[in-house]
Formats: sequence, C-alpha cells, structure tokens
Amino acid sequence: MFGDYSLGDLGAIFAMQGFAGLILFSVYVLMALGLAIIFGQMGVINMAHGEFMILGAYMTYLCSAFFQTYLPALFPAYFFLAMILAFCASGALGMLVEWALIRHLYKRPLDTLLATWGLSLILQQAYRSIFGAREVGVELPSWLIGSVQVTDSIEIPINGLFVMAVTTLITVGVALLIYRSRFGQQVRAVMANRPMAGAVGIDTEKIDRYTFGLGCGIAGVAGSAFTMIGSTGPTSGQLYIVDTFLIVVFGGAASLLGTIASAFSISQTQSTLEFFLSGSMAKVLTLLAVVGILMLRPQGLFTLKVRR
Amino acid sequence: MKNPVQTLTKSVTVNDNPFMKPIEWLSLAVLALVLLVVLPSLLDAFRLNLVGKYLTYAFVALGLVICWGYAGILSLGQGCFFGLGGYCMAMYLKLEASSVENTKIQSTPGIPDFMDWNQITALPWFWKPFQSLPLTLILVVAVPVLFAFVISAALFKRRVGGTYFAIITQAIAAILTILIVGQQGYTGGINGITDLRTLHGWDIRTDGAHTILYFVNGGLLIGCILIAQFVKKSKLGRILVAMRDKEDRVRFSGYSVAGFKVFAFCLAAAFAAIGGAMFTLQVGFMSPSFVGIVPSIEMVIYAAVGGRMSLFGAVWGTLLVNWAKTSFSESFPDLWLFGLGALFIAVVLAFPNGLAGIWREHVEPRLTRRVKGLRAPPPAIVPHGAPAE
Repeated sequence: MFGDYSLGDLGAIFAMQGFAGLILFSVYVLMALGLAIIFGQMGVINMAHGEFMILGAYMTYLCSAFFQTYLPALFPAYFFLAMILAFCASGALGMLVEWALIRHLYKRPLDTLLATWGLSLILQQAYRSIFGAREVGVELPSWLIGSVQVTDSIEIPINGLFVMAVTTLITVGVALLIYRSRFGQQVRAVMANRPMAGAVGIDTEKIDRYTFGLGCGIAGVAGSAFTMIGSTGPTSGQLYIVDTFLIVVFGGAASLLGTIASAFSISQTQSTLEFFLSGSMAKVLTLLAVVGILMLRPQGLFTLKVRR
Repeated sequence: MKNPVQTLTKSVTVNDNPFMKPIEWLSLAVLALVLLVVLPSLLDAFRLNLVGKYLTYAFVALGLVICWGYAGILSLGQGCFFGLGGYCMAMYLKLEASSVENTKIQSTPGIPDFMDWNQITALPWFWKPFQSLPLTLILVVAVPVLFAFVISAALFKRRVGGTYFAIITQAIAAILTILIVGQQGYTGGINGITDLRTLHGWDIRTDGAHTILYFVNGGLLIGCILIAQFVKKSKLGRILVAMRDKEDRVRFSGYSVAGFKVFAFCLAAAFAAIGGAMFTLQVGFMSPSFVGIVPSIEMVIYAAVGGRMSLFGAVWGTLLVNWAKTSFSESFPDLWLFGLGALFIAVVLAFPNGLAGIWREHVEPRLTRRVKGLRAPPPAIVPHGAPAE
C-alpha cells in the first residue's frame, strides 16, 4: 500500500493525517475525559454521554444564531460564551439526571446502562422535536477560517488548532481539579471508599452529584468544540459513544493519563489507516485492534494498583 | 451446599424438584395455546406474519434470560448472533434465488446481484458452503456459536466481566455492522441481502408459507423454552445463579467459572442464531440494521420488560414491546421514542423483575388464594433473585 508514494510524499501524508488525527484526538479526549470521570471514577455507564455532548453542540448553535442576529459586533467572540453556556447546560442537566435517576442505581451498574440508554432515546427525540431532524452547522467567525501553510505540502486548518488549544486547556484544568483541588480530593476519596469518605465528613451525595455534573459539563464543552469541525444532528452523539467507551476502557478506566494515551493511539491509528484504506475498514481495523489488545490485557493500558 | 430443610423434605416427598412445577406447565400450555391456536385464528395473514417476526426476537430474549438473568452476563451484542444466524440463512436463500437462469442478464450469471454490481466475478470462498441446505442448517447455529465461543473464552478466561464485558460486546456489534456495511460486494452492504425467493424450491413469499413458517417458529420457540427450562432446573442452572451472586465462592469451590460463563453465553448465542435464521425466512430479507448496537440493546429491553428471570416472561415481554412499538410508531411516530425511553427507565427503576415480577408478586398469590380457597394458608412471597449486578 505504500508502493506508489515517494518518501517525501509519505512524510507529508503522515504529517497531514497525523494532524487530522490530532483533531479527532481532541474530540475523543474531550468526550472521553467526561466519561472517564463518570465511568472510570464513579462506575456509572452513561450511555447518554453522547447526548450530553450534542446538547453542548446545540447550545453553541443557538448562541451563534443569537449573536448573529442581535449582537453582530461581538460575533467573533461568541464562541467563548457558547462554551461556558454549553458547560452549564450539560452540567445542569447532568446533575438533574443524577438526582432523578442515577443515584438510585449506584449498586447496579448494568442497570444504569439500560436506564441511561432510555434517557438517550428520550433526549434524541427531544432534540429532533425541538431542532428538527436535519443536521445543523454553526457559522464560524472569520478569524477561525483558513489555514496555516507550514511547508509546500503541509497546511494546517486554524479551527483545528483552536480545538486543540481548547482541549489542552480543559485537560489541564480537569487534571488540576481532580488531582490538586480540595474538591478533587473529595471526589477521589468518595470513589475510593464511599463509607469511609462519609465517615470523615464528606457529603458523598453532593460529591456524586457534582462529579456527574462535571463529567456531563465536559461532554457539553466537547460538543461545543465539535461544532467547529462538523455539523450536529439529533443522533450524532451515538456515532461516538462506542469509540469513547472503548477509549476509556482501553486507557484503564481510572486513569486520566491512560485515557489521553489511548485516545491518542486510537485516533492516530484510525486517521493514518483512513488514508490508505476506506474509512469503514480503517475503523474496523482500529476497533478490532483495540478489542484484541483488551482481550490480552483487560485492565487497559494504564492501571492504578488498587485492591478491589 | 444444600439447605438442610430441603434435604429433610426430600425424604418425605417423592419429587421436590420436578422438571416443571404445575404453574409452569400451565404457563407453557397458555403460551402454546395463545401462539398456536388463538393468534392464528384471530389474526389475518399480514398480522400473523408480524407476530412471527416478533417471535424470532423472543428467541434472543430467551437466550438473554439464561445469559443475563441467570448467569449475570449482560451482553449488548446479541444482535451479532441474531444477524450472523440470519445472514447464514440469507446467503443460502440468496444463492438459490440467483440461479444461472434467474441472473442471466448479469455479466457473471449465477452469483448474487449485489456482487455483480460490485464487479465481483466469482463466488467468494465463504459463500461456497451455503450452496447446500444441510450444511447451511448446521452453519446457521455453528458460526454464531463459534464466534461467541471465541469472544467469551478469551474474555472470561481473563476474568473480564460485568460492565467491561457489556462494553466489549457492544463494540463487537459495532465492528460487525461497520464491516457488513463496508464490504458491500460480499455482504450486500447497508441494504442487506434482499429478494429472497425459495427455500429448497419452496416459495417462502406466499401467505401460506408465512403461516407455515409461523407455526415452525412457534414450535421451535417452545422447544427452546424447554431446553432453557432444562438448563435452569439442572444443577448447571444453580451453578449459574450461584456464580452470578458470589462468583468467588463458586470459583473457590472448584468450579471453572469461565467454562460455565462461556456455556451460558454460547447457549444464548445459539438461541439468537435460531431466531435470526427464522427471521430471515419469515420476513424475507436480512440487513445490518438488525446487527448493530441499537437492535442489540432493544433485545435486552425485551427480556428486561418481560422479566430477566422468567423464560415465559421474556416471550410475553418481546411480544408486548413489539406490539406496542408497531402500533405506537404507526399512529404517533414522534412519541414512540419517548415511550421506549420511558419504558427503559421505568423497568429499571420500578420493576427490575419486569412483567414476570409483577405477576409473581401481585397476581399469582391472589390467584392461588382464590383457587385454594381459605383452607390453605396464603403462600409466602419468595423473592425471586436480586437484579443482576
């Protein structure tokens, strides 16, 4: 499959596909970060994660439409407000869902899967009723359109760079929040040992609710970033949910670093293969490789040494 | 470990653990009566064919009762096995439908039409076995079971279980769908394998054939219920339940936990495969939309609504959910997904044992009291197993 390309071409192909992979990587990381918190830390299988992401995407869409009509002067900066709104909307919905649904099911993880699947169906239909079945896209501000020419054969789109910057920022923020803040300490304490955490005076129910809300909020930001590179439809979330779960499982469910590493390897493999094979075969091979590795090493790439 | 009370009564009564209790015989008789007598005499050919389609899903639900309800393995990939069984059948039917005289307008006569459209000139090797009916009938069950065996043996030997297993089976369902859709020339792509005509010369498209297939379906389903009942009643079934509730204790008692889990998963796959093959015959086509994640999870909800611990409940649950789906999505297409989603949530939150649980806890005690009158004391309500974790 490499035969027809010269070495220089191959280098450019790998660089370009590598960059396309980096954008995919950013979306994967943002989605997987939220899920790593919800599934990895809390053990809740949130099948509606994709729908929380799409909620963020729709918030961004609404925001862009609002700024376009009422505040065209501020349009170039709408994206920052949209992201915050997306975080708040998804996070608030997440906390509501935790209160109404998830908190009754902490002892039955497989049942959370069914319940959240039901939730995802309801949300999908709600989006379809509100926003219509057709996919919507947002208007990008002019400073995000275009690309940077690195060499003759390599050029990098600016919106991709922006998405990557956002991803880096959020990843660092989440890592700081989980590993350096008092809240993060409490989250980790509750997840490690709920009764003991309760015994030392942590309000475990509150922590559960905020943790779930945080995970969903990050999914909302992921959706917001997603609008920059693709259009949004009611069922877009489902396209990513299996990949995202595989990333979290592949990375070793309780490890943020593992999640990032596995998102990186999966997205790079997929986008590099995509150039040489058809898109569907690239995906099949990537997922097969992941499942194969998981069969050999079920604990994932990175694992914490914990007693279970 | 045997309950001392049970051993005591065993010496008194002749048979305290019959193959089926009277109430179960009664349930079976009612089910058989409804499926084989009442429905065929009430419904027209079109509706009966529709019920026949639902019944093929009931096979999957039945497998899930053993695999999920009893052994505690939630598989989100039952669509794979349903689809593989269905595709095996469809490949045989397609080859029969694309005989040389039927396909003489193609550039390569004698191969399925979608292959011809995709510039494939010879029959691929994995289609060859499906030229013979006996071999097809074996492969319909053998291929999915082998597939299930490979997946489950690899995972259970390494003690992957619970949520991880569910996610991996789901990923496998996704992979298989993408593969089938992507390899259009070999599988018919997104449209699936369509335009199936005859089974060994017998036209399966007529109303008469649909009715006969419906009865075959019902008969096979009752056969599968009896097999599942046998597994459930045997010592094997008890080990499955023990394993679900305290896996480590079973392992420490010297049982091969992985082996039993593989068995339960393969049995569920075999049932699903039979269902898939019957689906192809009853409905007349097979497509990737019955393989992927969405149908797989829907099949889980059939079992959950009926009751994950009840064989009969699973069949009734399947019929009921599908009937509701057809009638609701005909009249209120927008509301149907809200209804289905709410059903998922309600079943999980309020009725973890499904219809069968409601029946056992509320209807059955009253019925028994009514039947036996006031002479017998009201029977104690036996909790029927905690929901799987």
